[in-house]
Amino acid sequence: MSTETSRIRVTDLSGVMRVEFVDKDILDESAIRQISTELVKRVEAAASPRMLISFRGVEHLSSAALGTLITINSLTKKRGGQLRLSDIKPSIMEVFTITKLNKLFQIFENSEKALAGFGGK
Amino acid sequence: MTSEPQSAFEGSVRLHEQNQEIEGVQVSIAEILARLNYSEAAIFAVRLSLEEAMMNGFRHGNLQDPTKFVEVRWLIDSNSASFHVIDEGDGFDPEGVPDPTLDENLEIPSGRGLMLIRAYMSDARYHAPGNHLEMTFRKAHK
Repeated sequence: MSTETSRIRVTDLSGVMRVEFVDKDILDESAIRQISTELVKRVEAAASPRMLISFRGVEHLSSAALGTLITINSLTKKRGGQLRLSDIKPSIMEVFTITKLNKLFQIFENSEKALAGFGGK
Repeated sequence: MTSEPQSAFEGSVRLHEQNQEIEGVQVSIAEILARLNYSEAAIFAVRLSLEEAMMNGFRHGNLQDPTKFVEVRWLIDSNSASFHVIDEGDGFDPEGVPDPTLDENLEIPSGRGLMLIRAYMSDARYHAPGNHLEMTFRKAHK
């Protein structure tokens, strides 16, 4: 029996794992660790993982959350897959721009655009 | 033209690395800022900076020793919001932190807290030996 409530929702869209967050603030260290563990497990379970992380509804994001995204990005690449991000509101996009992580990640305006050419629909 | 601060909010708290307390402080500060008509963007900036400062204190300062505190002090009026975030660690040299925005460092998953604080606050500096961060957000500056 699960003792922890998942902080993410994962939908399989024709082989693409679309991840959405339950919380609007992704700041809490223990929550971020939990999210990280869950995402790593899913990426490691797939042959060439294609993951889309949607930030719809997310209002705050800390550098610890950025660290998790970097880890997941490296892991998907290592396993011959790809990570895409979408639905990032302007205030959070600024965090990506300041840290220049907008250069590292493939960022799309919305899930539909991210899924195009990603094999999912 | 400078506006006279009508009311000031001053406070301090000593925190263990227990997330609910940390969030409680952030929420209280956000409420004060909202009451003093700080913009959404300003509240976002302060909240993120506080989170990063406290986390740096717990993780890099106190080395996650659960018996150690991070102290947060604030003085907020309608013009500016100042914070002191003090940990019980030995301090560090902020100039020695590698630039996480360099291409060769982009894939390192840590080390971005301080740069976010510097980007979002009007002023941020460490007092020697580096366990005491003082940071200020000025309404007029941002």
